[in-house]
Amino acid sequence: MSLLELHEVHGYYGNIHALKGVSITVDEGEVVTLIGANGAGKTTTLRLISGLLHPKKGKLRFDGKDISTMAPHMVLRQGIGMVPEGRGVFPRLTVRENLEMGGFIIKDKNDVRKGIEYAFTLFPRLKERENQKGGTLSGGEQQMLATARGLMSHPRILLMDEPSMGLAPVLVDQIFDVIRELNAQGTTILLVEQNALMALSVAHRAYVLQTGSIVLSGKAVDVANDENVRKAYLGL
Amino acid sequence: MRKILASEALREILLPLGRMALFVVGAGALFSAIMFALAFLAQGSGADKLLLETHKMGILEYTLGQLPQVLIDGMTLGFVYAAIALGYTMVYGVLEFINFAHSEIFAIGAFVGVEFLIFMDRLGVLAAAGPLGSYMYLVLALAVAMIASGSVAVLMERTAYRPLRNSPRLVPLISAIGVSFALQDVIRMVESLTTGQFYRVIPTFGNFDERVALFSIPTGGAPIAVNIQVKSIVVIVAAVLMLVALNYIVNATKIGKAIRSVAQDRTTAALMGIGVNGIISFTFLIGGALGGAAGVLYALKFTRIDPFVGFMPGMKAFTAAVLGGIGNLTGALLGGICLGMLESFAGAYLGTFTMGRFGSEYKDIFAFLILIIVIIFKPSGLLGEQVSQKA
Repeated sequence: MSLLELHEVHGYYGNIHALKGVSITVDEGEVVTLIGANGAGKTTTLRLISGLLHPKKGKLRFDGKDISTMAPHMVLRQGIGMVPEGRGVFPRLTVRENLEMGGFIIKDKNDVRKGIEYAFTLFPRLKERENQKGGTLSGGEQQMLATARGLMSHPRILLMDEPSMGLAPVLVDQIFDVIRELNAQGTTILLVEQNALMALSVAHRAYVLQTGSIVLSGKAVDVANDENVRKAYLGL
Repeated sequence: MRKILASEALREILLPLGRMALFVVGAGALFSAIMFALAFLAQGSGADKLLLETHKMGILEYTLGQLPQVLIDGMTLGFVYAAIALGYTMVYGVLEFINFAHSEIFAIGAFVGVEFLIFMDRLGVLAAAGPLGSYMYLVLALAVAMIASGSVAVLMERTAYRPLRNSPRLVPLISAIGVSFALQDVIRMVESLTTGQFYRVIPTFGNFDERVALFSIPTGGAPIAVNIQVKSIVVIVAAVLMLVALNYIVNATKIGKAIRSVAQDRTTAALMGIGVNGIISFTFLIGGALGGAAGVLYALKFTRIDPFVGFMPGMKAFTAAVLGGIGNLTGALLGGICLGMLESFAGAYLGTFTMGRFGSEYKDIFAFLILIIVIIFKPSGLLGEQVSQKA
């Protein structure tokens, strides 16, 4: 049984049929990536998983439990962490406070403190900015903060929405190194990316979304070698 | 010293106390300076001559002599406004809308507190209470009023605002005005059904009406005695304690940080596992409780209340919140203190300077003039953040 399972999921924004029967599975320990052009439905998929949007048809299961109609704050409690699109750093909370909010559901204060220590070893830059307001950080630092914050609740799966967006190439490399490292330590990751080349290089498996439907799926290497994908998304 | 400041808890208590002191001193000094300058210019005017006849002192001397009393009154009023303004500003912070029914939450607090004291008075326990006992009853009245106002505020959000959460911004605003009128008449109905009248007077008890003489100022005429009513001290102390407690909750506790997260980005807060509805309810609860307590303090200071008692203080507290920068807690404090001072100064000197042509009943002009000026020239308020920061 897969850790996360989307079965024939349909998502709507009002009357707009944004997701037309998408089925995705993510197994424990995997990095799975969802690639596709703008408006293909990548972010919609993540919104459906995290509970910000509910499917009109189809089922979402996490660890065997139906999460289709759960509110976002309950979805997180099942063990689904989120690094939202555009980072979602709280601009007028300090770096430390942002991390504390990531660990909101954890009752044990010591556990939260340890989580923050771990975040600082993962991103030493955040340690230097500890008492600075989130809104004053650079884009790269905000992405580090959002990633570290997503890990604070000890999720079994981390959903990442376009972590490379708007970052300088050197920072993109750094973020993807962290993704590799996290996965090596056992974190399961569902990665949504426009930067298909980078995404396919870290992922085990990949799904290609096109106007709300999955047009191709398989091992990341195979997807990367697909003629159409190479033309459409990799520019090769 | 460094070690003391390192403790977060203590800093969150000392910092707001320092800010309050700074705001009181700053606003007091500013208004005093303006008044002094006006008095200086008015020397030799008709008002000056009139004062020489009636009080045997010039306008400069008279202005200075009145100053300490005016400052004390302004401070008392300012803290009441600040306590109400915080309710507006907190709700604005999380929902970005003005809860115009907050003035009725204030009125409900005033009525519940006063009715509680009247009930205790009928039982005879108020008159029998010693000095310590009377304070205990006041604290009880405050607690009862806070519970009542907080609960009504939560209920109000649940029934009148939450169903409209995703409507255009004007819709909950209209709903709030409706709730405001409805609550006014509910208070009026309940009061006329149960007591046959709709104004109530807080019973006299304890030593709250006594005056503590501070000092007296020798003048050319009769010396001016400066004193402070015990109830003014009670109002100030109670308000300061509550404001410090609120500041502590919002800045140093986990739930306070959750409130700020929801205010800054509701969607991301939900993704962090924060129950947004629960946090919004809690915000209404503490904002409402604070407003209710302010109602009791107001009743203690001005003794008579009616179902429409919330309107004027509510409007002024709203003005205070806008003046300080709506959504900003420190701003509400600053705005409240400034507005209280302004009102006290206008009330005390308007009649003197215009030789009675405009009496203190025109003092409200100044409060609302401030509202218009702020909205035109600095809509973000004195301490407001850039509105555009919220993407």
